[in-house]
Amino acid sequence: MKVVITASGPTLAEPIDLHFGRAKYFILADTETGRAKAHDNTPNLQARQGAGVQSAETVANLGAEVVVTGSVGPKAYRALQAAGIKIALVEAVCPGTEALRRFKDNELPVLDKPNSEGHWV
Amino acid sequence: MPLTIAIASGKGGTGKTTVAVHLAAWLAEQGRPVHYLDCDVEEPNGHLFLRPKWTVEEEVSIPVPAVDHDRCTRCGKCAAVCEFNAIAMLNKPLVFPELCHGCGGCTLVCPVQAIREVPRVIGTMATGRAGKIQFTQGRLNVGEPLAPPVIRAVQARRAPDAIALLDAPPGAACPAVATARGADVIILVTEPTPFGLHDLELAIATFRPLQKPLGVVVNRADADRRVQEYCAGAGIPILAELPAERRVAELYARGELLFAALPPWRDMFAKLWQQIKALQ
Ligand code: SF4
Ligand code: SF4
Repeated sequence: MKVVITASGPTLAEPIDLHFGRAKYFILADTETGRAKAHDNTPNLQARQGAGVQSAETVANLGAEVVVTGSVGPKAYRALQAAGIKIALVEAVCPGTEALRRFKDNELPVLDKPNSEGHWV
Repeated sequence: MPLTIAIASGKGGTGKTTVAVHLAAWLAEQGRPVHYLDCDVEEPNGHLFLRPKWTVEEEVSIPVPAVDHDRCTRCGKCAAVCEFNAIAMLNKPLVFPELCHGCGGCTLVCPVQAIREVPRVIGTMATGRAGKIQFTQGRLNVGEPLAPPVIRAVQARRAPDAIALLDAPPGAACPAVATARGADVIILVTEPTPFGLHDLELAIATFRPLQKPLGVVVNRADADRRVQEYCAGAGIPILAELPAERRVAELYARGELLFAALPPWRDMFAKLWQQIKALQ
């Protein structure tokens, strides 16, 4: 399964970023092969508005089936839903490797509604 | 067309509305046709003093795209052209109306005309009269981020034969600039405090590039002369200094105009009007 982890740096050793729409990196991990690849999301963070929507489009294009993150705003949630991408929630910052392990062990709740307010930038 | 005057301020609470409503009332007393356009659409309050009777209420909307998914070829051009991230390509285009600025770019770019524009209401507009004063007020719906379309709708209602007073939103951001753009002259209302001066400097820096005549009204003027000194240095005329008086605050709190209780204020606005005319 293809999982995107929102991260503050380009490897899974870095702490995860709890804000989906404002994450610096998306790390695409393949749970079958164990391979991981970083996508730099910082250019998207310059957006005047709609960074969450753009982030959702980006992870959809990466081929993600699940996003592991801390919080998702209402617009990004709608976009992820439309793309059929599931959202698994981590409640506190931890290394990406730890978040991925917990996801694989079914320790993370899967979100069924948005859990952070949108922001007008 | 008679003069269009924007009454703006670097920050809220400086007395911008006080100046605007009294200028309107004074002009009306002189028998001049005047139209008060409340462009402070997030917090319109001119009506609290002039108390117009509304005759027309309208909705203000912006055109947002609706995609015909049967016709759409999923080329992604609409999402790519949108500067505001209001369309995301997720298998098919998904529109986020709350992010859309109504620019029409996506409709133009769609190669198969799969996009039609539907109105989305973002605010309301009311028109009426307060005695001889024509009055139009815009109001942005709560939670809506886009003030300029409502401001432009209000300005479009301007009576062509009247002096127009635009009560501008406070600050120096897009809504204030959208208002000032439609004016012939800009009046900045400020207070003689360090904060007032700081915000005035920001406002002057924002409005000067519009290259319109600009003047300052000092409200609650006192012994602090820094605003006047700054304006002298910057070559910006002081149009009026309105004194700090306890009675003014009392009448303001009750939503009453000052002229009946404080006749000298009439002369101050007569002088202000002369100064405004000299600005052009
Ligand atoms: S009308 Fe303009 S802002 Fe709205 S979705 Fe289309 S391109 Fe984006
Ligand atoms: S531009 Fe038109 S055809 Fe292309 S994705 Fe958008 S709506 Fe569909």
